[in-house]
Amino acid sequence: MIALIDANSFYVSCERVFAPRLEGRPVGVLSNNDGCIVARSEELKALGVAMGAPRHLLPPAIRRQAVLLSSNYALYGDMSRRVNAILAEFSPDVEVYSIDESFVGFGGFDPAAVEGHCHRLRETVRRDTGIPVGVGVAPTRVLAKVANRAAKRMPAYEGVCRLDAEAPATRALLERLPATAVWGVARRTGERLALMGIHTAWQLREADPERIRRAFSVVLERIVWELRGHPAIALEDLGEARQRLMVSRSFSRLTGERDELAAALRQHGAQAAEKLRRQGSLARAVLVFVRTNPFLRDEPQYANRRVVPLARPSDDSREILAAAQRGLAAIHREGYRYQKCGVMLLDLVDRERRQLSLLEATQGEAARQCSDRLMAVVDRLNREMGRDTVRFGLPRDNSAWRLRCERLTSRYTTRWDELMRVRIG
Amino acid sequence: MSSAARPPSPLIVRAAPLPGCGVQPLLGCRVRAGFPSPADDHLDVDLNLHDHVVRRPAATYFVRAEGDSMLGDGIHDRDILVVDRSLEPLPGRVVVIAVDGEPTVKRLVREGGQTLLVASNPRFAPIPLAGCECHVWGVVTHVVHALPGGQA
Repeated sequence: MIALIDANSFYVSCERVFAPRLEGRPVGVLSNNDGCIVARSEELKALGVAMGAPRHLLPPAIRRQAVLLSSNYALYGDMSRRVNAILAEFSPDVEVYSIDESFVGFGGFDPAAVEGHCHRLRETVRRDTGIPVGVGVAPTRVLAKVANRAAKRMPAYEGVCRLDAEAPATRALLERLPATAVWGVARRTGERLALMGIHTAWQLREADPERIRRAFSVVLERIVWELRGHPAIALEDLGEARQRLMVSRSFSRLTGERDELAAALRQHGAQAAEKLRRQGSLARAVLVFVRTNPFLRDEPQYANRRVVPLARPSDDSREILAAAQRGLAAIHREGYRYQKCGVMLLDLVDRERRQLSLLEATQGEAARQCSDRLMAVVDRLNREMGRDTVRFGLPRDNSAWRLRCERLTSRYTTRWDELMRVRIG
Repeated sequence: MSSAARPPSPLIVRAAPLPGCGVQPLLGCRVRAGFPSPADDHLDVDLNLHDHVVRRPAATYFVRAEGDSMLGDGIHDRDILVVDRSLEPLPGRVVVIAVDGEPTVKRLVREGGQTLLVASNPRFAPIPLAGCECHVWGVVTHVVHALPGGQA
């Protein structure tokens, strides 16, 4: 069995832990530099505020009611690390999927006990961090995602939903679920599936895998197998979670060398930036993570992550790599042998939307065009002359950039001078 | 630290560096004349104060006290409190508790079948836990109080 653990409105939940008065109020988190909504509480969603909405275009009535905060990436990164440290107590097999989503494998566990185990996991995360999470457990990742969605939307599950491949409840859920709500099924694929008479997830599960492969792709065929309860998809094949893009890899052998980590992160970062440009997005922050091998019980264990905000939404490899190196500098510790590291680009925004932004940190039009042209040349060279024809060295940290973060809350867990204050008296 | 410290051991030890802090030599030695102690074989043990104070890292938070209503419990204005969210809020424990959305610190006292929130300063009247808009945030396990000369 495998579980998908997903935090509810993660950024907002982090803010609420340290500012309990925000509980029950409409709360939004803004990107620091372009003032767009990157996270919403349920109450803010209920007011009709869309993901990515620019603050200055919100109706005044909503701006008055809602609490809108700058994104506090230091806090979110630390709380994400805490949540994952707790997950690791429940199984050594934890895979980071995004800043607020992780897969936890329960291979070798008694299947009958997994559900109770997941309830304890959820309660422990809530107790120790204050972050509410939903847990979906199933034999495959695709079904775990379906289960997670049900766990969050249907109160009867009390936050944990288990789906067995052959259970009537699974069938009932899949029959109500549109095929396009299945992980990895794009809207356009959905339109073509509809032409074949496949509208629901259940119909997709019952489709002939051969036929699906011929008409679509191997990946969609694998999704059919996954819906039937046969694991067929690795994390890397799953496409991208909402709003994030990740490149990570395990080392062929464990390494304690900081230079090796830096080189690997440079490569991952460059690759992620290239993907970002290919899909026409900009990132607002860069998450860097490193970890040792949790299955080697005798080795000292360490895992950490750090989120570094970018000065403005960017797809420039140089800016992304500089942020990644700053993240590594903050979390690298001597004395451990690392197995894996990765770069995740967070809070993506459509490149076309950049023009809308009024609050963007200043970058001259000329500098921007220069960056765009440089990146286009790099991408073309790497495409036409082979991967890694052009690579990036270590970019200089440009500390002259200043983030716009007027509504920034304290970095409660990472700065001595910004601890949560408790009034006594 | 307000919690029971270990008796001074006849060792000179070096504190392991805390993230974000410099290395502080922690002097735990008693000067003795005479023959060298066999304990000297164990020189260079790293003592990490963090390990001593933080039992469950993922659940432990540091918060800053503001105010003087808990002086009787050894909490002064500006002290750093070590708060463990994983501990149960049992009677007798000092807790961080959000009352009407504002985090504050009180001791839990069981009295006459109900749990009261009590400040150590008698000027503040106890509040019954039941019926007040509050939830326990975590249990205070240690107080970091700087004496003159000790401030960072």
